[in-house]
Formats: sequence, structure tokens, C-alpha cells
Amino acid sequence: MTMQHIGGRDMPRAVQAPDGAAAGAATAEAFVPERRAVAGVSVRTMEIATSLCFAAAGAAAIWDSARLGAGWGADGPQSGYFPFWIGLLLVLAAAANLLPLARAARARGEDSGGPDAPAMFLTWEQARTVATVFIPTTIYVAAIPFTGIYVASAVLVAWFMARLGEFSVWRAVPSGIATALVAFVVFEIWFLVALPKGPLEEFLGY
Amino acid sequence: MEELGLLMQGFSVALQPENMMLMMVGIILGVLIGVLPGLGGANGIAILLPLTFAMSPVSAVIMLSCIYWGALFGGAITSILFNIPGEPWSVATTFDGYPMAQQGRAGEALTAAFTSSFVGAFVAVVMITFVAPIVAQFALRFGPPEFFAVMFLSFAAFVGMGRGSPVKTLMAMMLGFLLAAVGMDAMTGQLRMTFGQTEMIRGFDFLVAVIGLFGISEILSSIEDGLRFKGHKAKIDMKVVLRTWLELPRHWAIGIRSALVGCWMGITPAGATPASFMSYGIARRMSKHGKDFGKGRVEGVIAPETAAHAAGTSALLPMLTLGVPGSPTAAVLLGGLIMWGLQPGPMLFVEQKDFVWGLIASMYLGNIAGLLIVLVAVPWFAAILRVPFSIIAAIILVVCAIGAFTVNNAEFDIVLMLIFGIIGYVLKKLEYPLAPLVLALVLGDRTEEAFRQSLLVSEGDLTVFFHGWLSGSIMAAGIALLAWPLLTAIWPRRARPAAA
Repeated sequence: MTMQHIGGRDMPRAVQAPDGAAAGAATAEAFVPERRAVAGVSVRTMEIATSLCFAAAGAAAIWDSARLGAGWGADGPQSGYFPFWIGLLLVLAAAANLLPLARAARARGEDSGGPDAPAMFLTWEQARTVATVFIPTTIYVAAIPFTGIYVASAVLVAWFMARLGEFSVWRAVPSGIATALVAFVVFEIWFLVALPKGPLEEFLGY
Repeated sequence: MEELGLLMQGFSVALQPENMMLMMVGIILGVLIGVLPGLGGANGIAILLPLTFAMSPVSAVIMLSCIYWGALFGGAITSILFNIPGEPWSVATTFDGYPMAQQGRAGEALTAAFTSSFVGAFVAVVMITFVAPIVAQFALRFGPPEFFAVMFLSFAAFVGMGRGSPVKTLMAMMLGFLLAAVGMDAMTGQLRMTFGQTEMIRGFDFLVAVIGLFGISEILSSIEDGLRFKGHKAKIDMKVVLRTWLELPRHWAIGIRSALVGCWMGITPAGATPASFMSYGIARRMSKHGKDFGKGRVEGVIAPETAAHAAGTSALLPMLTLGVPGSPTAAVLLGGLIMWGLQPGPMLFVEQKDFVWGLIASMYLGNIAGLLIVLVAVPWFAAILRVPFSIIAAIILVVCAIGAFTVNNAEFDIVLMLIFGIIGYVLKKLEYPLAPLVLALVLGDRTEEAFRQSLLVSEGDLTVFFHGWLSGSIMAAGIALLAWPLLTAIWPRRARPAAA
């Protein structure tokens, strides 16, 4: 669903000649392909990076399996036997995935770049939007060991409402606290599941 | 007809008031999960699984499987009203469902979707009732080579029958196997791929992976285009329901065909998503009004919904009888069985009759209850999407974090969840399939165990998998499926120059 907006090339756009008012052939609408490629990370870059990560994971598995022994021990297949072959398959598959990408890169190098903009994995604008969710989430996860999950959750909900939802602070903060309280009642009291707690809960005697 | 007696016994388990309550709770939670972006059947069940430890296994599985049915129903609501497929298998439902809603026929589309979902599920449950005991009986004779062959076949089916790039399917799958191998090797006690990190000794819990891969990543990708829900009014009154029901029997042929496609695709782990597309395609090709598909034909809703529900339901057949789940959600349920101390596989039908037949009986009841609930409560469920995304997203993130923590009471798992979220986001955008990754992560240990036990018996001879006629033919089928993408890659390349 979301992919269809990305990757679409900019359509050639009708551009008015600068001296639009002047009579004659110059006023005819000229079709100039717009070269303003959408800035961002291209699908190709991400494809290559991802395949390399896969290959690295495979290589790590092969290396570790070789260390443990990937052959036949006195008591049957050694611990590294199965992961060794899986790792090898992963490296091979990643290479097979890279091959057409490399071939396409060479082909493009020969005709020294056409006007086509590369398909986008994420434009900078989208990256900014994703970051508005991703960065608070990362901080949230990082904060849990220090503040406990309830305080962190209250802050996260309040932040999302105030910053992304443009709610007033007077509505966002109580909503955040309410979410944390509901979670507390459901998990600590109903289901008797202890969630990570921080200094505040300790202060309150939990 | 021994099955009928056992089924009746199952009904007596499922009809206990406590289990009926859990069924209702499950369905309502499931529809909610299916409607909300970022929560789906698989990760919804993964989050709730740790809360079911205190329950008896039957009650727990009844509630969780009802969440699954609810999620299947819920996916249709957002597809039709908002053009947002809540679940991957409801993508095909948007093709005709959303145009119908635009024409003011939302009630008709929803009724058709729910009813055909119900029919698909019903056919699949009847199939499970009678086929599962036979398969289980048959599988009692399986040894390690046969079990490995079955797993090999299921994984080969992903490569051969998947809709995306076979290489990417293979990569995702192998990553799943590697992640499953991390930690203590159960057979020798050695630590594998922990690279000196104590946090890694426990290995990767697939529930945490599922929550990250399907939950966090979904939130990240839905925010990308600045999520705004623009939906159509949902109102179903009795008149519309009755009118649609009177009309539906005319499409019985599509219904039966789609249910069969769904059952088949659900048992082979191709899953609900390809099933829904395939049966939509068949319905369009065989219809006299084929060119009107996509403009709001009711057949275009019936076909994918019947098939998706039939596939989603029959995915439980291999899970129950062989311990090989047919879908990520079935895989999570399988993880539940192991956690509740049950050994998945054919012995379940011998040793845990109450559990198996209670579950099967609850499938009948759960789907009837589900149909009634969604028909009555559609407007309320649709109203959920009018809650601003900033609130929904934050709450889903909190729920995911709590879910990831409760799996093992480990704070590090919340970090892992976030990492899996990023992995899932990137892989999904690059069109890597996530289902094989999850299934490999769930089945990795048992696949390896079957593999190693087979080799122990044969003293390292790899041909052991071809010695028995049974394992041999299953392996051969798997190899054929693996080779399929290669064959189709070579075929058109030969044919094209000739045509040009």
C-alpha cells in the first residue's frame, strides 16, 4: 500500500517558457523532464546493505560453527554441523541476491546514467516522519531499565499525544498517567505479572 | 464415526461457562486486534500468550484461537470501510469491498464478507474434524527422517509457492534458522553463536521476534505517509443482512471453490494470503462479469474472504497433527502448546483428547459467535479507527513492550523487540517475506533435532532421508517445489526470444 508512492519517477512536467507572454513558437509548452530527483535512500542501496548484513550473519554462523566443530564427532553430528550449512546457504543466497544488483550497476555504468531517478526506499521527508515515532520509541525502550515501564509509558503516551496529535498538554499528560494506571491495575493487580519498576514505584512502596 | 463421539465430548468441554466466556473475550479482542494497525493475529496472540500460563491449556487455546478467528473477521472491516487491509490476507478484499463501500453498499459488502468468512471457516473445521485424526493416525508411524522430510517440504513450499523472490524467501528462512540456533545447544549443552554475550545464552524467543517483526515494524511503516484514516460509515441493519443472505446462495459455486482453494493452501503452508489472491483470480476468470471485478462486485468479496478464512483455519491441521504450523499465527499457537507443557505432534490426538477436541469444538462455536458479534458490533469496531493515530500508536507501542517483557520477564527482550522491529520494517519494505522467517525461528530447533537424530541412526549417511518410501517421497516433493522457481526462471527466458 505504501510502496506505490515511492519509486514512481517524476513525470515530465509541462514548463512554461520564461517569456511566456511573447508570441511565436517560444510560447509552445516545452516538455522538460524534471531532473529534481527525490532525495533519500534508494531501494538499491538498502538492497545491497541488507544482503551484506545477511551474508555477514551467515559468515558469523560459519565461523562460530567451525570453532565448535561442524563435522562428525564421537557422539554424532557436532554442535556446529547444522548451523554451518545454514550459514553457508545464507551466504550463497545473499550472493545470489546481490548478483543481479551488481549486474544492473555495471549496465548503468556503461550508459553513464539515464534520466531515471532510482526507486526510493525512504525519502528524507518520510524518514523525518518515521523518526518522529522511532526516536521517542528508542528513548522509551532505553529508559525502561531506569524509570520502570509505567513512568516511561506515561511519558511516551503524553509525548505522542502532545507532539504528534497536537493535543494540549492538559489533555496529554492526564491521558499518559491514565494509561500507566490502567496498565498497573491490569498487570500488577489482575494478572499478578510484575513489570519493570523504577524509583517512583519504590517511593510509593511497590 | 468415532470422530462424532469425540467431537460431542469436545463440545461438552467448550460449552463450559468459563470457556464460553473466554471465547467471547477472545473474539472481541481478536476483532479489535484485526482492526488496529500494528496488531495482528500473530503478534496479538504473542502478546497475550504469557498471560495464559495460569489457565488450563484447553481454556487458553480456546481463548487464543478465538482471537485468531476474531482477527480474521476484523481484517475485513478495515479493508472494506477504510481501504486499509488490517491483515495481509484481506488485501484482495479491498479490490471490490472498498468500491462497494464507496457506492454506499458497505453493509452489503460487510455482510457478504463476514458470511463467506464463516462459510470458509466452517468448511475448514469440518475438514479438520474428519481429516485430522486420519493424518495423526498416519503420522504416529513417523520417525525422525519423516519429520525432517515434512519440515523440509513445508519450507520448500515457501520457496516454491511464495509470491515473492525465491532467493529472498530462502534468505529470510535461513536467518530464522540461525536465530533459532543461537544459545544453548539442547543436545550437547554447548553455547552456539552467543559470541561471549550472556544475554544471548537464552537465545531469541520467537514471541519477542513476532512482536517486533509484526508490531513495531507495522507502526513504523504506517506512519510513513502520515496516517490518516478516511473511512465510510458502517451501518448494518437486519434488512441489509437478510437481503444479502438471500442473494448469497446464488454464489454457492464460488464459495465452494474458494473454500477448497483455501483448505488446500492452508494445509500446505502457502497460507491465507496467496489463497485469497488465488481464489479472487479464479473467481474473476470464471465469472461472466469478469471485467466488472474491481468495481464493486460482491463475488470479489466472497471469493477472497472464503478462501482466507478457510486457509487460516486449516493451517491448524498440520499444526495439531504434525506439529508443523501452516501460518505465523498457527506457529505462535504452537509455541503456546509447548509453553503449556504439551508435546505437539500426532501423540496429541492420543494423549490429549480433551484438549484437541475441545479446541476443534470451540472452532465451530467460536466462528458462530464471531459472525454474530461482528454483524452486531461493526459500527463500534469501525469507530476505533477514528481515534487519532497518535494515541493508538503510543498505546500499541506500550502494549508491545509489555508483551515482549512478559515473555521471559527480561528487560533485554524489549531491546530485542525494537531491533526486530527495525529488521521487520526494512525487510518488509524490501519485500522479504516474514512468514518463513518466523516459522524457521519456531521450528528451527525441532528441525535440527529431527535432522541430527536421523543422522545418528544412519551414522552420518545423508541418504537416510530417502531410505523409507514415505520420507523419500515427501523429500522428493520438497525438492520438486524447491526446483520450481528455477524451472520457471529458465522457461520464459527460452520462450521469449522465440516469441520476439
